Amino acid sequence: MAVGKEIRTKIVSIKNTQKITRAMEMVAASKMRKTKDKMQASRPYAKRIGQIIKHLAHANPEYKHSFLQQREVKRVGLIIISSDRGLCGGLNANLFRKTLSQLIQWESQSVEVDICTVGAKAFAFFGNIKSLKVVGHVSKIGDTPHLSDVVGVINIMLDAYRQGKIDELYVVSNEFVNTMTQRPVVDKLLPVVASEIENGLSGGHWDYIYEPDAKEMLEHLLLRYVESIVYQGLVENNACEQAARMVAMKSASDNAGKLIKELQLVYNKARQAAITQEISEIVAGAAAV
Amino acid sequence: MTMTVHVDIVSAEQEVFSGLAEMVFAPAELGEVGIAPRHAPFLSKLKPGEVRVKVSDKESFPFFISGGILEVQPHLVTILADTAIRAKDIDEAAALEAKARAEESLADKSGAIDYEAAHAQLIQAVMQLRTLERLRKRGD
Repeated sequence: MAVGKEIRTKIVSIKNTQKITRAMEMVAASKMRKTKDKMQASRPYAKRIGQIIKHLAHANPEYKHSFLQQREVKRVGLIIISSDRGLCGGLNANLFRKTLSQLIQWESQSVEVDICTVGAKAFAFFGNIKSLKVVGHVSKIGDTPHLSDVVGVINIMLDAYRQGKIDELYVVSNEFVNTMTQRPVVDKLLPVVASEIENGLSGGHWDYIYEPDAKEMLEHLLLRYVESIVYQGLVENNACEQAARMVAMKSASDNAGKLIKELQLVYNKARQAAITQEISEIVAGAAAV
Repeated sequence: MTMTVHVDIVSAEQEVFSGLAEMVFAPAELGEVGIAPRHAPFLSKLKPGEVRVKVSDKESFPFFISGGILEVQPHLVTILADTAIRAKDIDEAAALEAKARAEESLADKSGAIDYEAAHAQLIQAVMQLRTLERLRKRGD
């Protein structure tokens, strides 16, 4: 019986797609566990160094490091951390939307922007925008990012900052809230400015005692700070990518399941109709005889 | 009651120690320092060596760090270590082997080695062994 041949082939093809998405879901789930561990492992360090830098912003150092001084903002640097691969839901799209709104804000203040992209997706998106200058790019970092992967990008930006080509440095990346939620965030890295005073901090006018000396120490610390924040953004984005992919692939598998169910129903109905028709034809034929 | 200071030790891989202590000893760039509560703000690089957190007269926690940064606020001490391990967990055999290997490559005068890397390796291994030795002497 050649009933519903097209429907049957369609069901088979959807089943195959479902197999693929299910496999990707499982791969992403196991990778997510690993990348999440990695993210959580390096979080305390990033948090503490951020805290120290905050303290430092309250100090009154005898040596004025350029990373601690505010300048009039004419041009800013932006490091965009995205994933290399797609099929991870709205992860990159949300990040880019957030970035674009930030870019529009800068444009309205006639601030120019230099961009460094991490990950193929960001380069593909922002590399095509004519009014933006992409000064650095790195991709194909893979599932186990190392600090050395992003050192090049960081140095480009820091050199530009030291030479006064850019007056502020920002990082955009996804923050891992939980498996279902990832939030794009824009962080200002440089210059470091004082925020509200925490307890446990000396009040009034004070400065650190530095060893070996202020210049070397601050240079070392601030470099570490920038590296650690960008690295943290990278591992965090990595965990976000796997989580988002897992969720996207799960919903794709579920949708395929639904589609198969519906098609199966249509197919069964068509088959039933054909059988009924055949029977009534035979009965009608027998009655005629 | 004795005065205490909050101490946080983190390495690039994990949080190693967090809690109150009476005194902290650390290998600062210009020599070992002991930090008591209400120390003046202090910022220093750390050399490879032993960090010791004295929680009470009876109890103290020794760690080995491979360098890092020390920040002191009157009521807060933060140590950012590149890597940190509990002194007890130091692998003596591995440290000895690393030391031997580093010495060997330093003795190799053909110039084919990265002198600085080998030297750093040697210091690491020696400091690990020294930390272990001190730990034994104290009879922990």
